[in-house]
Amino acid sequence: MRLLINKIFLGLSILSAGIGLAFLAWILITLFMKGLSSFHFSLFLNDLIEGGLRNLIIGQLILAALASLIGIPLGMTAGIYIQEYGQGKYASLIRDLSDIMMSAPSIVIGAFVYAIIVVPTGGTSGWAGAIALAIMMIPVVINTTDSMLSLVPRELREAGIALGASKYKVIIDIVIKAAKVGIMTGILLAFARIIGETAPLLFTSETSNYFSLNLNESFPSLTVSIYDLANEPEESSRDLAWAASFILTVIVLIINLTGRFITRNKK
Amino acid sequence: MEKIFQKLSLASATLVFVLLVGIFLTLYSAAKPAIDEFGLGFITNPEWNKEVVVPTAQDTANRAEALNSDDDAITDEDDVMIADEDDEIADEDEMLLDDEDESVTKTIYGGLVPIVGTLLSTLIALVFALPIAMGIAVFLAEIAPKNISNIVGIAIELLAAIPSIIFGMWGLYYFAPIVAGIVGGYQVSLLTAGLVLGVMILPFMAAITRDSMNTTPAVLKESAYALGATKFEVIKDIIFPYSKVGIIGSIILALGRALGETMAVAFLIGSIFVLPKAINDPTISIPVAMANNFGEASGLGESALFYLALILFIISFAVISLAKFYFLKKAK
Amino acid sequence: MPVMNIKKFSFTYPGVDHPSLKSITLPIKKNKITALIGPSGCGKSTLLRSMNRIHDLYPGNKYDGKIELLDLDTGKYQNILEIKKENEFIELRQKVGMIFQKPTPFPMSIFDNVAYGLKIAGIKNKSELKDRVENALKGSALWKEVHDRLDKSAMGLSGGQQQRLCIARAVAVKPEVLLFDEPTSALDPISTGAIEELIVELKKDVSIAIVTHNMQQASRISDYTAFMYLGDLIEYDKTENIFLNPKEKQTEDYITGRFG
Repeated sequence: MRLLINKIFLGLSILSAGIGLAFLAWILITLFMKGLSSFHFSLFLNDLIEGGLRNLIIGQLILAALASLIGIPLGMTAGIYIQEYGQGKYASLIRDLSDIMMSAPSIVIGAFVYAIIVVPTGGTSGWAGAIALAIMMIPVVINTTDSMLSLVPRELREAGIALGASKYKVIIDIVIKAAKVGIMTGILLAFARIIGETAPLLFTSETSNYFSLNLNESFPSLTVSIYDLANEPEESSRDLAWAASFILTVIVLIINLTGRFITRNKK
Repeated sequence: MEKIFQKLSLASATLVFVLLVGIFLTLYSAAKPAIDEFGLGFITNPEWNKEVVVPTAQDTANRAEALNSDDDAITDEDDVMIADEDDEIADEDEMLLDDEDESVTKTIYGGLVPIVGTLLSTLIALVFALPIAMGIAVFLAEIAPKNISNIVGIAIELLAAIPSIIFGMWGLYYFAPIVAGIVGGYQVSLLTAGLVLGVMILPFMAAITRDSMNTTPAVLKESAYALGATKFEVIKDIIFPYSKVGIIGSIILALGRALGETMAVAFLIGSIFVLPKAINDPTISIPVAMANNFGEASGLGESALFYLALILFIISFAVISLAKFYFLKKAK
Repeated sequence: MPVMNIKKFSFTYPGVDHPSLKSITLPIKKNKITALIGPSGCGKSTLLRSMNRIHDLYPGNKYDGKIELLDLDTGKYQNILEIKKENEFIELRQKVGMIFQKPTPFPMSIFDNVAYGLKIAGIKNKSELKDRVENALKGSALWKEVHDRLDKSAMGLSGGQQQRLCIARAVAVKPEVLLFDEPTSALDPISTGAIEELIVELKKDVSIAIVTHNMQQASRISDYTAFMYLGDLIEYDKTENIFLNPKEKQTEDYITGRFG
């Protein structure tokens, strides 16, 4: 009897894993089939207004890159503060708040940026979108930096100090270098996460059918356009949405796998 | 130099605090007009963007007289009258200036529908994802051989990395028709939205539950096996009790994710401000209400959306804090 | 002449009401090796870590008494417990180097590891850096093993080599005193032998204090030995006296292995 229960239980558990994998396969197969059948290299050459995706892909990459440019230095220095300088209550308060912010609804971040940037500046803009993504990214970078620095042995810091290096030299030359791989992986995963975000961009950057590098106006976004296209009645728009989703997913998965590969190689 | 660097890092850390407080204050001040207008009754009011007649000054005077003479003559204040079908947001001041119109109208907003939609879709997601996620976690932590566990683990984590908008599209065009075919009713509904949301939080929930289970010391498991316990008994009697707090924390954290999810739900929930009567009726959730109405809204309507955002922010703040600071801290 | 004079030194960790070191008085003699021994928790590492004030990385410690460091140029003593300014700390740590229990190679090349202390001390001249790195590596008996891969990561060295690299790194800045905190406890016997030889070799140029839980090691390499117990200095004498003819009962019990 005990053995039977055991068998049933184990069977159910394996079944669950099978269901999970089946969903993954289902989503990926759908995406590849629909995406590939609508995929064409001309999508990379034409803008949305001409039926292509060029401006959207470039726009999304610019938004995410700009967000990283803002978010990575801020997140890293804040993480350094928590792990290396912070003492007692304040540092752990910041750590807790950052943890909460990491799980804050992304649409709320969008609404926040809408209120503090879009409304005062009179319209949606690339800057607003990038800042919304940066706010999403900061707590993730803080979390990675904090936990990766905490893995650096205390002795390594002491050895630097014992040689007569000042604290910030030790942090920059030794501690960060020692934690480099972990931090880089974390940042890559954070980048993969924000590049696939839609909700924070809906009313900050919005999207645009045209190629644009002007960050002061509505900015082309792949994800926001996917949402628009997918809701349009024409079959052709939806096919374009699938092709765009396929490209987006490939980008996200490549970045993700690169991150994992780096860590694994290091080990 | 040392000082500058230290100050700089302190400033960045403080930015987190400023941002979080800033988000709260900004949402609050943007929601202030709606909060002043509707108060806490907003939460229980099922009407959204509905024009109602407000009594004019003369009406009020008449009613005051009526109140004095006869109680029965009072019109029930809760009984709101629909002025017209026009969806345009009425500007109250403009209407007051309009001397021809005797019955002045105003637009009211209530948050009950999206709040209920958010809670119910999350609940469905949880009911659907919980058993499967637990099964996957047990499989990864205890059953699968190490190499299989690693591969499946990576696959599950990749599923977690897929952008939520993809889940929404897949859900709308491929998953919902099948669900509707089985259950009946609309393809866009609370049920399909909840299920797709469940699929979306599944990998996240499974991954962090597995991590919690992995904290069980090997010695503990080995001593149970040494007594002749089966795998099921070890999992039930040793691993679950040991990592219980961490598992609960993981579940609540996944719940926090589900509450704030926009895109996976936006494709499927139907986006109409109507309370669902059945599980396969369409309705709306807070993030979806924001996503689909922010662009067009202005004035009080926009403020009401900020009110919703504030409510969502507070709920998820509370849920996440509970998970992180009660359960997950305790688990450590 | 002692290069360091510890006088009535007491030390209290933050949040603890009793001192971990109680009124310790001890000289560190010039070009000699002084071993600090005692059972774990006796305060020997705490004392060593006070001598370059590495404790001050963590706030809230209380010091009492004096630790005087001889300035070899002027012949004057300076009480290092009075140091408050960042640049004075840096100066102190350039004069008093430290080697840790576990090897602590920095995540950079072998050359850059040894050159690190020199670079932060302001030496920029390439050929001078090269010479001093070479000398330090030769002085640490590591040159032969690594001279053809100076630009390779220091993480690729064996544990014993890493520890000798750390010694080279500390020696390169030409300190007056070197503090060794159980430098061989993470190493195999052969590497340990090499490090012990190296330490004895080093005392020509530098004064040495070494914490060790290995009594054979103390007797093999040190000139003076201090036995500590529960935060007190029980006995300090020439090493042969401590091991052959201890005056205190507790010292005798410890070195004959009756406790510890």
